[in-house]
Amino acid sequence: MSQFAIPSGWEVVIGLEIHAQLATRSKIFSGASTAFGAEPNAQACAVDLGLPGVLPVLNEGAVRMASLFGLAIDAEISRVSSFDRKNYFYPDLPKGYQTTQLARPIVVGGSVTVTTGEGKKAKEHTIRVTRAHLEEDAGKSLHEDFHGMTGIDLNRAGTPLIEIVSEPDMRNPEQAVAYARKVHAIVQYLGICDGNMQEGSFRVDANVSVRPEGDEALGTRTEIKNVNSFRFLQRAIEFEIERQVDLLETGGEVVQATRLYDPDRDETRLMRTKEEADDYRYFPCPDLLPVVLDDETIESWRAELPELPDAKADRYQSEFGLSAYDAGVLTSSRATAEYFEAVIAREGSDAKLAANWVMGEVAALLNRLECEIGECPVPAEKLADLLERIADGTLSNKLGREVFEALAEQGGSVDEIIEARGLKQISDTGAIEAMVDEVIAANPGQVEAYRGGKDKLFGFFVGQVMKAAKGKANPQAVNEVLKRRLDGN
Amino acid sequence: MSLTNDQLQTVAHLARIAVEPEWTEALRSDINGILDQASRLDDPRLNELEPMAHPLDQVQRLRPDSVTETDQRETLMEGAPAQEQGLFLVPKVIE
Repeated sequence: MSQFAIPSGWEVVIGLEIHAQLATRSKIFSGASTAFGAEPNAQACAVDLGLPGVLPVLNEGAVRMASLFGLAIDAEISRVSSFDRKNYFYPDLPKGYQTTQLARPIVVGGSVTVTTGEGKKAKEHTIRVTRAHLEEDAGKSLHEDFHGMTGIDLNRAGTPLIEIVSEPDMRNPEQAVAYARKVHAIVQYLGICDGNMQEGSFRVDANVSVRPEGDEALGTRTEIKNVNSFRFLQRAIEFEIERQVDLLETGGEVVQATRLYDPDRDETRLMRTKEEADDYRYFPCPDLLPVVLDDETIESWRAELPELPDAKADRYQSEFGLSAYDAGVLTSSRATAEYFEAVIAREGSDAKLAANWVMGEVAALLNRLECEIGECPVPAEKLADLLERIADGTLSNKLGREVFEALAEQGGSVDEIIEARGLKQISDTGAIEAMVDEVIAANPGQVEAYRGGKDKLFGFFVGQVMKAAKGKANPQAVNEVLKRRLDGN
Repeated sequence: MSLTNDQLQTVAHLARIAVEPEWTEALRSDINGILDQASRLDDPRLNELEPMAHPLDQVQRLRPDSVTETDQRETLMEGAPAQEQGLFLVPKVIE
């Protein structure tokens, strides 16, 4: 855990710009594939290359996905939106401009609710979204040595993006990370973005400024780029707050600039200042006509909306009696919620028990293996088998954990592991009675002392019986039989 | 509206056009003429009109989301001045 605290006397203002690659099959303006990992330039057609005479044709899937996002955050879907050209020269942008939406974005307004802290300290915040617009991604520049030249791969050029711009509504790094995580969850629930931050499918830029507490006017902001994980987002914002406050407290001033986060050195570095920033000379794109959506189309998309994280978390609380925190964790990603729901799909399953296991053993295992829940070596069906054996008394929780470890390490079925390792819990009263009688017979002194009023010795007897049973006796049954025998009824 | 020499140089730089000093005056005069023409749009009577994104009164046709292009890398790279391992090679750019 970081030791960060906002310096006293200062208020922090954060806004995020999130680029999410849309999970369409083809590009936003051409029929080339968007699949990741192809040979360089094998998925760059004449339109993506910006060859003379080509014309863009807008992908219906991209419009639909952007609209789904807007509907999910209760935004207004523009009945008329249009495209503009943002002009700049860079080799991975072969046309010399990025086709984007400046004047009339497809999604306007909306908001996302996030929670920071847990238990009694939990606080809800509403973060307003300014807009979300459609645009195309650029290609990739490879700066490795090609005889002093730069290699250009245009497979990514023309991949559809939505850029989601928030209002400067966040006041600390935790809120910013919670907001980014919530947007990440929403696009994955909607199935409109795979959310892979390492591959760059979901990119977050943070605008950060500080001002003396109580001031109305915003301080000068910097924009942090190159943040490819939520942990780095938190670190980068923390670093930037400290850097800005230090500057201002020592009589310096913040220069409006774009800064790059360097995770190896855990610091932000100047990339370019405002003076050097490009003048993009936006103008309406003459190659694309206005996009007009009617109510019927928008309503048909609204009908496609799945159950979203907030609604799911509410349902987990009311239907399964889970706490707000647990429901929040289990719905924090689509994959986690799907895993949990697969575990409890079986009739007679215990949702609270399942929640504890998913958030306890499963989370710990994933942490240890550094993998995502989708790659969990114990699939949901097997965890469901295991919980069934706990519920029917075959396994204690402790033995359950042993079986879980075995499932994670070697696979196999729950019943096979129980059989092979002889882990079956002893619940048979006759067998437990025999063990209890043996323990009582072997420890006459302790029995006398217990009966003379030394209640604490009860634990000693439980321990002896468990030892005799090699830990496999049903603890509840042991307690009952011991009580009966020792108390002489 | 009148463009200064500095502004002219800035615009030329953004468009990556090298403007020879002896062209400056003639260009400035041409561009100022164009700007004067465009400034007719400042007419207050136009404020009541909805801005147009496109001169044609038509709506964008949408294309179904399907892959229709096959790999044409070889053909498309024929005109590239330099290439290696399927990449276009360009003079080194470091931001």
